[in-house]
Amino acid sequence: MSASTIIFYILSALIVTFGALTVFTPKIFRAAIFLLLTLIGIAAVYILMEMQFVAALQIVVYVGGIVVLIIFSIFLTSSGKEKVNPHRFNRVLTAAVLSLSGLLFSIWVVFNHIYTPAGITPIDPSVRNIGLQLLSYNDFGYVFPFEVVSILLLAALIGSIVIAMKSKKQ
Amino acid sequence: MEQVPLSHVLILSSILFFLGIYGFFTRRNLITVLMSIELILNSVNINFVAFNKYLYPHQLEGVFFTLFIITIAAAEVSLAIAIIINLYRRFNTIDIDDTDTMKY
Repeated sequence: MSASTIIFYILSALIVTFGALTVFTPKIFRAAIFLLLTLIGIAAVYILMEMQFVAALQIVVYVGGIVVLIIFSIFLTSSGKEKVNPHRFNRVLTAAVLSLSGLLFSIWVVFNHIYTPAGITPIDPSVRNIGLQLLSYNDFGYVFPFEVVSILLLAALIGSIVIAMKSKKQ
Repeated sequence: MEQVPLSHVLILSSILFFLGIYGFFTRRNLITVLMSIELILNSVNINFVAFNKYLYPHQLEGVFFTLFIITIAAAEVSLAIAIIINLYRRFNTIDIDDTDTMKY
């Protein structure tokens, strides 16, 4: 067992623990902090897989943007001390049965599937290669989805400003 | 990292996915439902990166799918939080059982 293997198992234990705490903790502000720790753990797993660019993007967008936005909206919509209401037993039972059976089924699929690696010469997932292919017009270039996603982001930002704006009548 | 089998990474992501599913169905506060959706999206991202790393290392398709999922998640969260703030202004609560004006 090399060090990176041990680090991977420690990290995955941490990710699962913090993910479970995100879902189970009754206090909403703590749930946001546990979500933050889960996302940082996932970024560490990306670094272990030598995908540094994805890890950096995960830190910048999720930790720097999305979690801060979520904490901001928690402060806007509740006092922070207020607890999440107790669950209904029926709904908890349905969700537990659904997620446990789904988890068992997917673990069964994962262990019974035969994975055949297709790659012959691995390509370096560096920022240079990712950027060159992302803005390439040739085959397997991603310039069209890139432009579509930029328009989607613009539309989402304008839409969220319009939705959250106070109307003058109220 | 090469000694970790692919199936263990997949099990990590599926545990995270079904934790998100559980939270999505049981949580009553809209913001925590949003956090569960973030967990689900992140588990899918782990899958894409792991498949790219282990099975198709001569391509970068998994990385691109991850990048686009992260972008769309950012757009989704900004819109959802705008809607939640608007809901709070109108109903003074963000409990999913209390905001049932559109029901039936």
